[in-house]
Amino acid sequence: MEIVRSHRQVAAAAAAAGGDGGGAGALPTYKAAPQLEVRLEEFELFAIDRLRVLKGISDGLSRGKRPEEMEKLVSELWKTYMRHQDPAETLNKDIISHFVLRLVYCRTEELRKWFLSMETALFRYRFRLESPESQRMLMTEFQLPYKALPHSEFEAVKDKLSQVARSIGQSANVEHVFFKVPFEEVPDLVASRRVFLSKGYAYVAMSQVVSLVVTQFRCNISKALALTNRKWTATIKEQEKGRLTPIVEALSNAYFGPDYSQPKDTVDISLKDIDQLAKSSFPLCMRHMLDKLRENHHLKHGGRMQFGLFLKGAGLKLEDALAFWRAEFSQKVGSERFDKEYAYTIRHNYGKEGKRTDYTPYSCQKIISATPGVGDHHGCPFRHFGEENLRAALNKMGVGGHALEEIMDKVKNRHYQLACTLTFETTHGVSCDSGINHPNQYFSESQKILRAKNQTMESQSQSAT
Amino acid sequence: MGRDDEQVDSMEIDDQKQQQLEAPAAVPEGFNTDYLRVYYGKLFPYGDFFKWLCYGNDGKHPGCDQSYVGRREFSFTLENDIYLRFQSFDSATELESSIKEKCPFKIDIGPVYSVDPSKRHAYAQSGNNVFVPVERELIFDIDISDYDDVRYCCSGADVCLDCWPLMTIAIKILDTSLRDDFGFNHILWVYSGRRGVHCWVCDSRARKLSNEQRAAIADYFRVYKGGENALKKVSLAGPVLHPFLARSYMDVLKTFFEDRLLLSQQLFSSEERCQKILDLIPDENVASEVHDKWQGNRRSSISKEDVNVTRWEQLKTTLQSGKHKAQGLRRCVEEIVFSYTYPRLDMEVSKHMNHLLKAPFCIHPKTGRVCVPIDPSNCDDFDPAAVPTLSQLLGELNATGFKTDSENNLERTSLGKSISFFRTSFLHPLLKACKEELESAYNAKLQQSKNSLNW
Ligand code: SF4
Ligand SMILES: [Zn+2]
Repeated sequence: MEIVRSHRQVAAAAAAAGGDGGGAGALPTYKAAPQLEVRLEEFELFAIDRLRVLKGISDGLSRGKRPEEMEKLVSELWKTYMRHQDPAETLNKDIISHFVLRLVYCRTEELRKWFLSMETALFRYRFRLESPESQRMLMTEFQLPYKALPHSEFEAVKDKLSQVARSIGQSANVEHVFFKVPFEEVPDLVASRRVFLSKGYAYVAMSQVVSLVVTQFRCNISKALALTNRKWTATIKEQEKGRLTPIVEALSNAYFGPDYSQPKDTVDISLKDIDQLAKSSFPLCMRHMLDKLRENHHLKHGGRMQFGLFLKGAGLKLEDALAFWRAEFSQKVGSERFDKEYAYTIRHNYGKEGKRTDYTPYSCQKIISATPGVGDHHGCPFRHFGEENLRAALNKMGVGGHALEEIMDKVKNRHYQLACTLTFETTHGVSCDSGINHPNQYFSESQKILRAKNQTMESQSQSAT
Repeated sequence: MGRDDEQVDSMEIDDQKQQQLEAPAAVPEGFNTDYLRVYYGKLFPYGDFFKWLCYGNDGKHPGCDQSYVGRREFSFTLENDIYLRFQSFDSATELESSIKEKCPFKIDIGPVYSVDPSKRHAYAQSGNNVFVPVERELIFDIDISDYDDVRYCCSGADVCLDCWPLMTIAIKILDTSLRDDFGFNHILWVYSGRRGVHCWVCDSRARKLSNEQRAAIADYFRVYKGGENALKKVSLAGPVLHPFLARSYMDVLKTFFEDRLLLSQQLFSSEERCQKILDLIPDENVASEVHDKWQGNRRSSISKEDVNVTRWEQLKTTLQSGKHKAQGLRRCVEEIVFSYTYPRLDMEVSKHMNHLLKAPFCIHPKTGRVCVPIDPSNCDDFDPAAVPTLSQLLGELNATGFKTDSENNLERTSLGKSISFFRTSFLHPLLKACKEELESAYNAKLQQSKNSLNW
């Protein structure tokens, strides 16, 4: 892809690029960067529009929207930000914006992960909207050489296939076209038990083929991102110092929100303040884990990660973190076992062991999509608690009456982060316009408010004397 | 070697000459470095153990990857809690001498890495070679202490014959599904030495799974939702069960629940236990209807039937009677059975390639029991209390005196049975399959290069 400043006609080039960018029709597969010229203004504008779509998807997922709702959301987002009357223009914008964002999001592990899952989700829902013919063409394009199950074999497993269909709430009338594929190729269908498995094969219905294609898509993009990253650091970054690099860097901050891996404006917090801070400024998910940790002197892996990284983000230093966890765990497992089995992960979270990369505190979206099991205390209480437990927990925070009902209402509609935002507003008596999307954001906004309150109180008392 | 013998000899003298009453071979229960040294010196099956982890790559065939086993991570936990990670060995002899020298209280097995883990720093400096796990058995870890809310006989790390069936259930369900659904053949079940079981799926297909694929399998087995704070722990949505769940229910869970756990755990024997089950019924009216019936039978205690059985039958008839066939309630009986029986996996262990898992044939320091393989087709008969202990084995050795040949030593102890099971039921079929795969992969490669020459 070549980037130019001049105003050139690109529509024609885009039409030609249909083949290059890959894609049977309206849905490109982004296999190779298109041979076309892009104007610098478009470089940025297109990217921002695509980012709006991806951000919309990320919000939808964090609200726990169902697949059908996601499908609708994606098609609306696409229409709003990407669709042009001229299909060739749309395709052009689609391809350019994708490749620009690849550059933007190739640079760190965290960015790559986010981009990969949002692009994959986008592709998944767009694929579902395609016609069966174009779906088949895409299958060929991804080199998925599956033949439909022959009739005799189909008859032999028909009952099981219909049982699976009914188990996921579809009609018992089995579809007729099935593909028999190694189970490894449809992990999402296996994970949600949406396929019949026998002897290592998954029986995938035509309507589920999207999973096969998506797996392939995801794998291609993931490899491409790694490659782009290498190119970026090796050449592009330096070459484009005066032109693209600043745009790329600005874009990555545009919508991703702040990164809480390094405590910035926050003051370090110290060990003895934790309980006090929890009461005043921790979001419900973290309070709950602190309570459980104090009660059981133990947290399972998921909890240690979610809570440990949060504390790091809130400004707890490594030495204090070690002391904090040791004080609790040693009451249960003894300090030797703590040092042997648990200290490692804590140092790891601080980048002192293993790969030495810094781990980023989890965002609400990630926490909400977790799947805590028996004995686990991580996750988002708004999503993962039963109603009674949630009410009790909110009561304990001093939330009741009308506010409580409003929060429960948000929960019923699966707006977990909105419920958390309301909780924040109720307990702080201040509105929070940006909404809560990160537990560390909850913490730092709360601290900001409390500090401001303290200051006014101080200055008042000073002027009084 | 000589030193080992001396130590044991002196032990013999102490124990036997002083307490002639005991069977001549008795060695006091316990676990200590001296015992362990004898075990590692005379009994640990280095050969078979290492052969397993070579997966056929130690052969003469040109398709063998000679670097394979040397890229496997072992980690040792020593007596004073020193933790040695990233050990690696190129041969059984190397492994043997290191174990004998260090006498680890625990041996863990990690993944096979892209490069020799003990030299990872050197590689890191040279650039190019990234240090990442590339292969790992698919593993499962099931721990009885995760079942504390559904067993009343023991808690925590304790286990008895009344609650052990929960582990038997887990073995049956997973083993059947791993074979029939996922098509795996080389599966090793191991007693963890104290409170649970480990499972190693060793097919090459399993070893090559990505983290995402591992997570998918773990999720396939998952029916628990919502963590500790959700009221309902098992949720079985949909009008019918997925064939895997239906089969698990019909073939295993239902029978174990009704024939074993109902009575052995006395699931309905107190108000509190009853309430826990009533909480699983989503409709309050129905729950109170059931409760009323139970109250009734408490007053008229003429029935000779066991109270648990009676109450369970009453619950079933109420929930399954025509008038409660509403969605939601239809699954309720199954949900209760699942809640009390279905396997609870430590998901994290299965999801990631780089989790360490304790090696078979280790000795558990707390119980002194050997981590022996369990035969899944006879797992009903497995009794954790009958697993040989370290001191028992030493006693057996003493009884006949030492031979230098460790093969013979082994066969004379009660560990012999476990080793021969490991060998014939697991290792030999595994190595046969590895050999075939190696050869066919090699031939395919030859064929390919031939073809490309022709072009
Ligand atoms: S919304 Fe975010 S901050 Fe609030 S409880 Fe849930 S995960 Fe925690
Ligand atoms: Zn018990």
